Amino acid sequence: MTALAVTTRRHNPDLAEWARRDSWTIGLMVLLALLLGFTKLIQPNYGAFGIQGLGISIMPLAFAAVAQAIVVIAGGIDLSIGSMMALTSVVAATQMEGQSGTFGVAVVAGVLLLGIALGALNGALVVATRVPDIIVTLATSFVWAGLALLVTAAPGGAAAPWLMSLTTGAFLSDWLPKAAIVLVVIVAAIWIPLSRSRLGVSLYAVGSDQLAAFRSGVAIGRTKVIAYAIAGLFGGLAGLSLTASTGIGTPVPGPYTLQSVAAVVLGGVSLAGGRGGVFGPLVAVIVLQLIQNDTTFLGIDPNYALVVQGVILVGVLILGSLLESRRAG
Amino acid sequence: MAVVAASGRGHAAAAWRTTLRDRPIIPLIGLLALLVLAIEAADFGIVTPEWAGVIVRASIPLAILAGCQTLTMLTGGIDLSVASVASMAGFVTATLVNSPGGVAQGIVVVLVAAALVGLVNGVGVGVFRVHPLITTLGMSFVVDGLANVWQLQTVQTGAGVPPVLRTMGSGIVGDVVPYSLVVFVPLAAAIMLGLRRTGYGRLLFAIGDNPVAARLSGVRSWQVLVVLYVISALMAAIAGLLISGLTNTASVTLVDTSLLPSVAAAVIGGTSIFGGRGGFGGTMVGALILTVLSALITVLGMPEPTNQVVFGSIIVIVAAAYTRVTSES
Repeated sequence: MTALAVTTRRHNPDLAEWARRDSWTIGLMVLLALLLGFTKLIQPNYGAFGIQGLGISIMPLAFAAVAQAIVVIAGGIDLSIGSMMALTSVVAATQMEGQSGTFGVAVVAGVLLLGIALGALNGALVVATRVPDIIVTLATSFVWAGLALLVTAAPGGAAAPWLMSLTTGAFLSDWLPKAAIVLVVIVAAIWIPLSRSRLGVSLYAVGSDQLAAFRSGVAIGRTKVIAYAIAGLFGGLAGLSLTASTGIGTPVPGPYTLQSVAAVVLGGVSLAGGRGGVFGPLVAVIVLQLIQNDTTFLGIDPNYALVVQGVILVGVLILGSLLESRRAG
Repeated sequence: MAVVAASGRGHAAAAWRTTLRDRPIIPLIGLLALLVLAIEAADFGIVTPEWAGVIVRASIPLAILAGCQTLTMLTGGIDLSVASVASMAGFVTATLVNSPGGVAQGIVVVLVAAALVGLVNGVGVGVFRVHPLITTLGMSFVVDGLANVWQLQTVQTGAGVPPVLRTMGSGIVGDVVPYSLVVFVPLAAAIMLGLRRTGYGRLLFAIGDNPVAARLSGVRSWQVLVVLYVISALMAAIAGLLISGLTNTASVTLVDTSLLPSVAAAVIGGTSIFGGRGGFGGTMVGALILTVLSALITVLGMPEPTNQVVFGSIIVIVAAAYTRVTSES
């Protein structure tokens, strides 16, 4: 266990070691800085207001990416996140409609529990049936989407006012969007203790080598179920932030599943499992959203934004693999 | 004596399991027969030669798309760009009907476009070693975006699915034999013979089974993979042409809903998502199973949302049962 902890911990006093291990995230931060500079260049007025808009618009995908990152680190993949967001979002919106703010708090708690339950079910199915994760979550994505349509066939419902005000506007300084603060606080409050716990180490262990983890005494099944359950919690948060930012619930899943996979990989999490964190994917989400904003601002057809997204996704990874092979060679 | 008998029975059970494992198509055909019986029980007299023709016609494009997944999965990959390529193929052909070269020109254009997409996929996967999931996902963004741009530019020309594609996709000879078999039978024969009898087919298995061993034996994996993804994209384009003919629709999102079923059909058909095991025979039965399943759900008169829930649940159950029957232990 100690050996595992040492190899998976990122807190190494050696700065060079840190730079080497987190070189991907550092590269991504540079890309983000360049993009921000570019944004300021093409939109001289881009400032606090733009940042606030950015804060709100990244929220659903950011939570989805964190959910995906946790599952992928544990060696799985969750293709049901988009549908899970649709389901939790419509449940929240329909239950909050016409109710008091206090009842809204209960709804939020209930929706988060629902997310955990959906995630745990994914995990339990993966463990119990031994069917590949990609297939199980593919199948449950149909189930969640169907259930969302059963809850409400058409977009509707409402969000509690406090929930919406929690994500709009800024806090203390105009440059600190509330949405971003909520996002960072929630992710940090869950991820930091988790990644430092025995469970967090188990997640990495199971993801990097299941057999070795088993022989080191890690309960594989339990760890996987918990990973999916935590992902479900973040899926619920993503669904809630959809409701909070749009004010309604939409039963048809958005493009979040595939985009979350894209953000996770762009964020330096290996699809083979056991490597990466949630910080990289968060930066990747901002990068993807900024690209979309810039293409919109430049008056480029929004469809090209999709093309650019795809090119960046593949291009960055090709670049990464080239750098990797040069370093190895 | 009793001991001998018992061990004999154990032997028989083991032999039976081995047979099932080596010939996964047997339990699959059993399941298909069960589903047909169920649909006959649900709506007495529905199962006729004409009905079978309709089912086969509907499952042919799905089987081709699932064939893309089967071939790529054999090497440990996957192709998530098939739906985008297929939609693009159907749509672009329809928009080129009134061009000087007519339908033939349209088909040539989309096949060349598809081959280019496959080439990029293959280079990304084979040369730069970017994960197939991500490479093909990125390319699906690119293709979707470009198809949307094309749609905006050709919106005035009044697209229509050319009659020859309508005949090819939806025509049924003598109410029983679908026209699309003309395309499908040679294609399926080529895939099955190619996998079993040619060196190229064996290379696919070799790369999926043990990429390192394949490389050490002198296999140039990247060449094999580039060709593979081009083949996959071409097959996706053919499936797209058939689907647009079958539904008499030209839309850039036409085939999106078939992406996940194409993966499901390949997996239910016994192809391992981890590579090295599987074949096209099982995939064809898998596509038939999914088609009959949808028909059964429709016959039972379930509303669309319930339909999705049941569909997803059954995929998990079938995959779980299948994994149990054919597992090594």
